[in-house]
Amino acid sequence: MESKVLMKGNEAIGEGAIRAGCQAYFGYPITPQTELLEYMSHWMIELGRVFVQAESEIAAINMCYGAAAAGARVMTSSSSPGISLKQEGISYMAGAELPCVIVNVVRGGPGLGNIAPAQGDYFQATKGGGHGDYRLLVLAPASVQEAMDLTSLAFDLADKYRNPVMLLADGLIGQVMEPVHLHDWTPQFVAKPWALTGAAGREKNVIKSIYLQPEKMEPHVQHLQRKYAQMRSDEVRYAEMMVADADIVLVAYGTASRVCQTALKLARSEGLRVGLFRPISLFPFPIQQISDLAKSAKMFLVAELSSGQMVEDVRLAAAGKVPVHLVSRLGGMQLTPEEVLVAIKELGGNEGGAN
Amino acid sequence: MKVERTEIESRQSWREEIVYQRPKALSTTRTHYCPGCTHGIIHRLIAEVIDELGIMEQTIGVFPVGCAVFGYDYFNFDASEAAHGRAPAVATGIKRIYPDKMVFTYQGDGDLAAIGTTEIVHAAARGENITTIFVNNAIYGMTGGQMAPTTLPGQRTTSTWQGRDVAIAGHPVKVSEMLATQDGAVYIARTAVNSPANVNRAKGAIKKAFKVQQAKLGFALVEVLSACPVGWGLAPKEALVWITEHMIPSYPLGEFKATDEVKAIVG
Ligand SMILES: Cc1ncc(C[n+]2csc(CCOP(=O)(O)OP(=O)(O)O)c2C)c(N)n1
Ligand code: SF4
Repeated sequence: MESKVLMKGNEAIGEGAIRAGCQAYFGYPITPQTELLEYMSHWMIELGRVFVQAESEIAAINMCYGAAAAGARVMTSSSSPGISLKQEGISYMAGAELPCVIVNVVRGGPGLGNIAPAQGDYFQATKGGGHGDYRLLVLAPASVQEAMDLTSLAFDLADKYRNPVMLLADGLIGQVMEPVHLHDWTPQFVAKPWALTGAAGREKNVIKSIYLQPEKMEPHVQHLQRKYAQMRSDEVRYAEMMVADADIVLVAYGTASRVCQTALKLARSEGLRVGLFRPISLFPFPIQQISDLAKSAKMFLVAELSSGQMVEDVRLAAAGKVPVHLVSRLGGMQLTPEEVLVAIKELGGNEGGAN
Repeated sequence: MKVERTEIESRQSWREEIVYQRPKALSTTRTHYCPGCTHGIIHRLIAEVIDELGIMEQTIGVFPVGCAVFGYDYFNFDASEAAHGRAPAVATGIKRIYPDKMVFTYQGDGDLAAIGTTEIVHAAARGENITTIFVNNAIYGMTGGQMAPTTLPGQRTTSTWQGRDVAIAGHPVKVSEMLATQDGAVYIARTAVNSPANVNRAKGAIKKAFKVQQAKLGFALVEVLSACPVGWGLAPKEALVWITEHMIPSYPLGEFKATDEVKAIVG
């Protein structure tokens, strides 16, 4: 059944989860993700699935740990401070190889910060976040439609890799209303012979992340690293606009990429050769693609709603071949297309002249 | 005088009867517990109860961070580790997916009554249909004998060198009394494993707490006063006496809550 409806980003994420066969949701209210919890409170119970409003984000992630250990498709959601609280649990899930979808509708920080859209949690999401040597698969939607579709995909990826997957949205993606196509999603369910179901007619199963002897822990962590290597080769996702002839390639994800899209149109209307590269998977980061663009473009201009976090990954990928610049706003302030255009011009984007 | 075995048999009509053996639910893995530690007794009681109720294949245990962290190795049923204090949340997740399985948590006093207080109070308040075995040894065993929330006033630990001074370190947390006030908790009992009679009573309480879960009545918890001779700096036998003389007066034994429904079904 295919239909088009107007939905808030937070609700679309909930719908994407439900269509992906999410069996259990555990959450705790926090702006700007609360509508997602409310949406799940209604629909999960209506559908006879599990919904628990937990006593804290810590409890919520550990309930996810339990339900995932039992083999269910599970999700939790929060916003920045709540995601910080979940980090120990996320690390345990990565260590115990439990699939889970974690939604972060990012707000301004550090500390209590504010409830405006921001991108200051990039490091936390992509570099591990909690303690220990692990990674999450991180997907960053730039529209309500994509928020829904990537959420559904996140469940398949979590099962495929037995690893937590994070949907890194922000306050704007969560709060904005846009039309979405509600297409059917066929979940790629996998067998989970490792799950805790009661040891009837089989050996007992144990879910754990403890390996007291370093001689046993090292092969375990090496096994995890092999999964991340496979993600790096198979799960890179990105979108690009007019990069072929671009002198300046804008690099932005999520809300910042939408601002850049408008800036690109303004720039092109003035005859400036500007393109846009939008990472959709933040881990794995599209290193090869950026490295390739560094051969044709004269420079990158990274636009972020943070003091510059993804810019470090772009610099690593560009490997000194071309300059990498940053235009950003902080603390929940929003970039405007005009600000990006000014930055483009300051970087000499008008030197190429009209063509 | 050497007597042939057959001769004795014919004279006394020998009858072989097994009076004790390892419960099926208990694995053959050798435990890492210190000599005189009563974690092992509590494990055996749980295994006996699981055998007697015939629920080994439906049981999923959730083990803590604490001396019982390797609990998953010591039993023959499915098990999960949980982060320090979060076992009730992990058990909630499992139980909500499998309401018909038997899910229990096994937690120390640091795990349950300090870092995990929120999780246990809310699991009880929600009436989560799980069983919790709460091992109160008045100390942090695993990290080497620091003060626990249940450490007695005046008790010496490696973080209360002069004895717990309530003016500085506050008062012991009375878990059973506190949780009995929650409407979702239907069975709460405090027991001890310091004497054969008390061991038997502890087993009875553990069995009730599992039956409560089988009958889907709500949250059940059995607190067990347990010896940590190493942490207390006492010989194993002295440690049992210390439970009698010091712990029980502060932590009275008995049932703190058994709703009418519980009494009707499990007595
Ligand atoms: C988040 C976190 N904080 C602290 C620790 C260190 N730690 C491990 S066990 C423990 C205390 C355990 O004491 P208790 O729960 O009383 O169990 P016992 O060892 O006495 O059986 C602590 C503090 C940890 N593993 N994780
Ligand atoms: S430290 Fe204490 S609780 Fe831990 S195993 Fe030794 S005696 Fe038992």
